Amino acid sequence: MPIKTEPVTINLGPQHPSTHGVFRLRVTFDGEMVLDAEPIVGYLHRGTEKLAEERNYVQIVTLTDRLDYVSAMTNNLAYVRTVERLGNIDVPERAKYLRVISAELNRIASHLIATGFLLDELGAFHTPLVYCFREREHILEMFEMLCGARITVSYMRPGGVLQDAPEDFWPRLDDFVKTMPSYIDELEGLITENEIVLARTRDVGIITAEQAIAGSITGPVLRSTGVQWDLRKAEPHEVYDRVDFDIPIGSVGDTYDRYLVRVLEMRQSVRIIKQCVEQIAPGPVRTAGPFVIRPPVGDAYDCTESPKGELGFYIVSDGGISPYRMHIRAPSFINLTLLREMLVGWKIADLVVIFGSIDIVLGEVDR
Amino acid sequence: MEATVLKAGFDFTGIYGFFDDLLPESLDWLAYVIAAVILGAVLLNAIIISTALYTWFERRVLGRFQSRMGPNRWGPFGLFQPLADLIKLMTKEDTIPEGADRPVFTLAPIVFLVPALLVFSVLPFHSSSFIGKLNVGLIFIIAITSVNTLGVFMAGWASRNKYAMLGAMRGVAMLISYEVPMGLAVVGIALGAGTLSLSGVVLAQNIPFILVMPLGFIVFITAASAEMSRTPFDIIEADSELGAGYNTEYSGIKFALLQLNEFMAPLIVAALVTTLFLSGWRGWGPVPGPIWFVIKSFVIVLLLLWVRATWPRLRVDQIMGFAWKGLFPLAIINIFAMAVEFQVLRDDTTGALTTGDLWIMAAANWIITIVSLAVIANVLGQRKLRRPEPVPSQLANMFADRPAPESATQLSGEVD
Repeated sequence: MPIKTEPVTINLGPQHPSTHGVFRLRVTFDGEMVLDAEPIVGYLHRGTEKLAEERNYVQIVTLTDRLDYVSAMTNNLAYVRTVERLGNIDVPERAKYLRVISAELNRIASHLIATGFLLDELGAFHTPLVYCFREREHILEMFEMLCGARITVSYMRPGGVLQDAPEDFWPRLDDFVKTMPSYIDELEGLITENEIVLARTRDVGIITAEQAIAGSITGPVLRSTGVQWDLRKAEPHEVYDRVDFDIPIGSVGDTYDRYLVRVLEMRQSVRIIKQCVEQIAPGPVRTAGPFVIRPPVGDAYDCTESPKGELGFYIVSDGGISPYRMHIRAPSFINLTLLREMLVGWKIADLVVIFGSIDIVLGEVDR
Repeated sequence: MEATVLKAGFDFTGIYGFFDDLLPESLDWLAYVIAAVILGAVLLNAIIISTALYTWFERRVLGRFQSRMGPNRWGPFGLFQPLADLIKLMTKEDTIPEGADRPVFTLAPIVFLVPALLVFSVLPFHSSSFIGKLNVGLIFIIAITSVNTLGVFMAGWASRNKYAMLGAMRGVAMLISYEVPMGLAVVGIALGAGTLSLSGVVLAQNIPFILVMPLGFIVFITAASAEMSRTPFDIIEADSELGAGYNTEYSGIKFALLQLNEFMAPLIVAALVTTLFLSGWRGWGPVPGPIWFVIKSFVIVLLLLWVRATWPRLRVDQIMGFAWKGLFPLAIINIFAMAVEFQVLRDDTTGALTTGDLWIMAAANWIITIVSLAVIANVLGQRKLRRPEPVPSQLANMFADRPAPESATQLSGEVD
């Protein structure tokens, strides 16, 4: 007599150790197998876009810190670039270099977190995570030197950056650029050819390039499928056209490729920082302008390659001191488009790992 | 051989004899009871306190592995941390979820704990174990440790929680699977020692069995670390997947008992490995036997901790596959090799093995071990990291010719 079985529906989240915050996933399991998965978002909704309508253009910088709170610098960059495009504001050369340096530092920090938490979700007992956090600490301390804050930096302003880097920032950065490649080697030595990591991630959660493009996926998840698309090269902004770097891509589009692309990107970021440090010249870091920016009537969209993908801001100005409307194209949210396709057919353990490999931050998903 | 055996005398017969002499003839039963109570109290306290200290040790060592400090606030080097944890857990509200199967839910922690304590009662820390020489110690241990499976299932089922249920189901499947290679590895021991008594096994180890049957050691320690369900085999709890697995709904003192059992598991495994493969209490020089036992167990505990701190978790199907496709054949090869060698080498009249025979077996078994491990690793292991060369997709090409985008800097204008 066959034993009667029935699928079980479980709410993974909003309180769950591996949902990167308050993400909720309604999953139907047949035993351990995922039959259906439905993401439910909105638990961290703070109305950032609406709040922006009540603040002036400089104040909004602080709101952008809280979107993707592990890479506040790239959020700032995307936002201030939109305001600069809207208000035709010039940016001094030195500020551009400082922006690129801090954005790339933050990319490394964000990818370290992504890698660390991926390993945590694979079940390593926090050791790789703590190793990653240890390196991230150096970056956060440098941010503290730049602007006094570690996470919610608010370092960039329309027309430049808050302030020039202090004297002791540069030796610290040199030291970081020198030591970081060996830290990445150490991390790779622990993870990249680890038998269990390979068994757990290789050929798991594959998405093809066609699917990824159809799902508007950007960032490392897109590049892991083999699509060589990076806004730093595709639409060179700031000083990305003056530095030499590669866009690493994956070959299969599985969880392992997503991890590998991030590690390779960290190496490229170190390369970018190194060149920026060589090229940067003394000069002003902020265009003198009125305290309150009043861009002309109109709208503008600008974007940058955040660690998660294309982070874009669309701002409509009515000529006043605050935007008439602001929209955020949040890569974390849009990268979840294909979640169901990636999860169905895999097991619970894979579900957690695939979800972790997309690397979302709930502050950005729910805004 | 007898010279290395310590006459400690602190076991059941020793205490019973002492009180038997002291008390009048009519109170024999009282001597029996007193001996049992004393032994029980000593055993329980020794084990629970050493487990408490071990939790401190594990957290400190894990802290070192993870380049952080570990608990160091409460007492010298944070040694009182287990006490603080205990007080915290005892004063917490002991909740039982609505809809839970209350008797089973309450019984599960006890079902967990008692077998673990019973294992310690038969382990020979010196020339005999606490309750004296048990002539079927090997079978007793294999039998008593499998009760754990029942505890996992009871806890998971009675909680009426889907996560707990999933953890329990995984646990039952995994624990039962890994009992097979563990049991088979013990068969090799029985063959080599010619006895089922744990003291006998230790006395037979003129060479530690880790040298005589390395394959058995590898199978046993792997299966045993799966039995204690720690990384890479911690699918029962799987904190990143199931929250806490079977103990999701437990709190207060019940949770403390579950944790006590969980932290006792490495100690049990280390003590078992020491007894079965590292020649137990036997050592050299004036150092007493129990000290040797502790030192050897300590090395094994550190090894297990190292594995725990380093490796990620396997998926449930991979774990089952590893048990049946990897460890099971290895255990069979081990038994086969041991049986053949035993048949060839043993003395025809007494059926015993000399130390020289053991060395010959060791030489043969090391070759067998290396060859069979290489074969199994090649069959089951991951292929070498060979990825197809990444080919940029033609679907989106950012290097294609197209009008240069307007950059913000080109639009230099007045700042209003």
